[in-house]
Amino acid sequence: MSSDYEISDDDENYYDYDEDMIDGTQDEEEEDGDMYMDTYGDDFKVAPKNKRKPYEIEYESLSQAAVEKLMQEDVEHICGIFGVDGSTAALLLRHMSWNKERLIEKYMDNPSKVLVDAGVTVKEPSSPSAPVRSHSSSNSNSNANNGRRPTRSTSKLIGLASGSKSPKIPTVSPPALRPSKPTRPTPFVCPICFDDSPDLKPLSLDCEHSFCSGCWTAYVSSKINDEAEHCIRCMAEGCALVTPDPFIRALLLVEPTEPVGEPSLQKENVATWARFQELLVRHFVASNPNLKYCPYPSCTNTVSCPGAASKASLATVVPIVSCGRRGFGITEEMSQSQPVGMGLAAKEHKFCFGCPIESDHRPVVCNVAKMWLKKCRDDSETANWIKSNTKECPQCQSTIEKNGGCNHMTCKKCKHDFCWVCMGPWAEHGTAWYSCNRFDEKGSVEARDAQSRSRASLERYLHYYNRWANHEQSAKLSVELYTKTEKKMEDMQITSALTWIEVQFMKKAVEEVEKCRTTLKWTYAMAYYLARGNEKELFEDNQRDLEKAVEDLSELLEQPIEAENIPTLRQKVTDKTVYVQKRNDIVLEDTAMGFLEGRWKWNVAVEGFDEPEKVEF
Amino acid sequence: MASISARRLSKELTEIKNEGCPVGINLVKADDFSTWLFTIEVMGESLYQGEKYTLQFRFDSSYPISSPAVQFVVGDGHTSPVHPHVYSNGHICASILGNEWSPVLSVVAVCVTLQSMLASCKKKERPPDNDRYVRNAPDNPKKTRFHYDDDTV
Repeated sequence: MSSDYEISDDDENYYDYDEDMIDGTQDEEEEDGDMYMDTYGDDFKVAPKNKRKPYEIEYESLSQAAVEKLMQEDVEHICGIFGVDGSTAALLLRHMSWNKERLIEKYMDNPSKVLVDAGVTVKEPSSPSAPVRSHSSSNSNSNANNGRRPTRSTSKLIGLASGSKSPKIPTVSPPALRPSKPTRPTPFVCPICFDDSPDLKPLSLDCEHSFCSGCWTAYVSSKINDEAEHCIRCMAEGCALVTPDPFIRALLLVEPTEPVGEPSLQKENVATWARFQELLVRHFVASNPNLKYCPYPSCTNTVSCPGAASKASLATVVPIVSCGRRGFGITEEMSQSQPVGMGLAAKEHKFCFGCPIESDHRPVVCNVAKMWLKKCRDDSETANWIKSNTKECPQCQSTIEKNGGCNHMTCKKCKHDFCWVCMGPWAEHGTAWYSCNRFDEKGSVEARDAQSRSRASLERYLHYYNRWANHEQSAKLSVELYTKTEKKMEDMQITSALTWIEVQFMKKAVEEVEKCRTTLKWTYAMAYYLARGNEKELFEDNQRDLEKAVEDLSELLEQPIEAENIPTLRQKVTDKTVYVQKRNDIVLEDTAMGFLEGRWKWNVAVEGFDEPEKVEF
Repeated sequence: MASISARRLSKELTEIKNEGCPVGINLVKADDFSTWLFTIEVMGESLYQGEKYTLQFRFDSSYPISSPAVQFVVGDGHTSPVHPHVYSNGHICASILGNEWSPVLSVVAVCVTLQSMLASCKKKERPPDNDRYVRNAPDNPKKTRFHYDDDTV
């Protein structure tokens, strides 16, 4: 939810959030909790109209540009403290995963080490025999042992470079794009493409490993596009310098004064630069627990949700957020030309901030939802098959499939002889093979009781699973039904006296049905794990009321639509929709409050909750 | 791009033909700029004394920006050396063929590296997950994401 009143104290929040980052992680949990409660309280006072429901979490949707602004603020902060230029500060921050506090601490401790580690400056040539990188590959080790360099051309280059290298002082000069020394004695041959034409543009970083601009561009593009890498090291083997942003920018973007190259290549390079920017934003977002990237394909929005940043907070809130965009793969232009909310295809980018489930799993918390999905993936099909095709041996409870033959079964495992039909011991059957008439005998009744007990847990699971799956299926079907109805409604609008607004009630209703079925679906996951008791009963009462209301509304939606019954149908549907909405709110609100109050107890161990008192079903 | 890879490979080939390969490495076939074959022998004292293996290089148009696909040839009388970083299908787990590839490396440099990888081996054995890997291995070893955990051999 991003409502207007939040924006009023936006600036303050930004600084708060910066402070949090500096404070570090130890008190994060506490603060998150406070923040949640505080903002909730504020909500209540400041804008009673806009009251956030207890099952909604406070979050903010950020565009890529907004995140870039946050990054820029961090970079400027570091520039101010260290007195370095922006691109160096950016490299340092990326090296430290945007942890400003740690960076400042380390930098104050030993600036030259941090600069070398971040790939900003080359290592001082005080120990030339030491390997270039501590984790150097087997290759360079063995080569050193053999006393030879990989190629002749490389060795020539390295010799030249190290010869002309002046001892580096740890003051930071901006490693900008610069042509290599023009006073080079031999004509330049690019050691990668072996091109030696005089109009070649040799470029190097501070390490002075020179390569032609064409190879640099190809290398940088390949790193960005093929490997999604934002930290691009010098091409020379074992060189740890990282190309700073201005260097990459100059490679990919043509200055207005330069002659324009091939247009298709140019366009590609511009796209690569944009991709590079996106990779930087993604890295920043991934490094910050308060931020999460929208998981929808080709969406570049970010959501900031400090209330769900810590693991502990996920035991009390279900952080369903929306990045603010709609539809799949819709670009800026498309969403402008097409009004938002046309049809159900333009769905909100709703996702969970706390876990990888890319849909609304309210009311149940992430850990329980994950547990349920895993169980369903592992068990449901197998369980269904076992239920319909097998029985258990009355003696050892091994699961047995009867694949032919007579009803006299001999358990492979314990050698128990029994009758497949009545499950009683075979000995009591005498010679009455193939026609078991002993169903009510004591032995077989006992055997069947034991069987049903062992089946109970399977049955229990299937009870919840079938309802879960049913709601999922029904939600899909109601959307399908609506696409058909929509057409009909539009026709009717043309043929009858009804206005456009009067035929819109179905859309609202279908949306509500879909939403509620999603809630219902997850209530079954929740109920499966809820420990028995009054709380569970109350929960199931609410669930039942919502379910009944949703089924009623669904039924109304399936009624034949005729011009003459539209006004009555409209009245009914609208009333029911409002009621359903209310019931959904009740379920979500009550469950969310329950989490905050620590009311829910589980029948299994759930991360972030107390151990269950005893396992019972 | 294609021209860069062709120019670079022709230059490397000229250099090999003019200056010859390092000891123990011989060019077998380089008729085009897509597949080259070398034989590789370990000189001096080693576990692989007297053994000769065939090494295959496959280049795509983005060479040398991206690494070549390098593997030992298996079949038709060829085998792959028994080595903790070489799978029985000829695939090689070496960081310079993956994330530590640098465009300044060359075909000969790779051969020399692999030669020294064999030379420094202390025990002839297959990688621990050989069977599982070979069963599911892609045709091109570059499609495998190797995990480089051992720098000692």
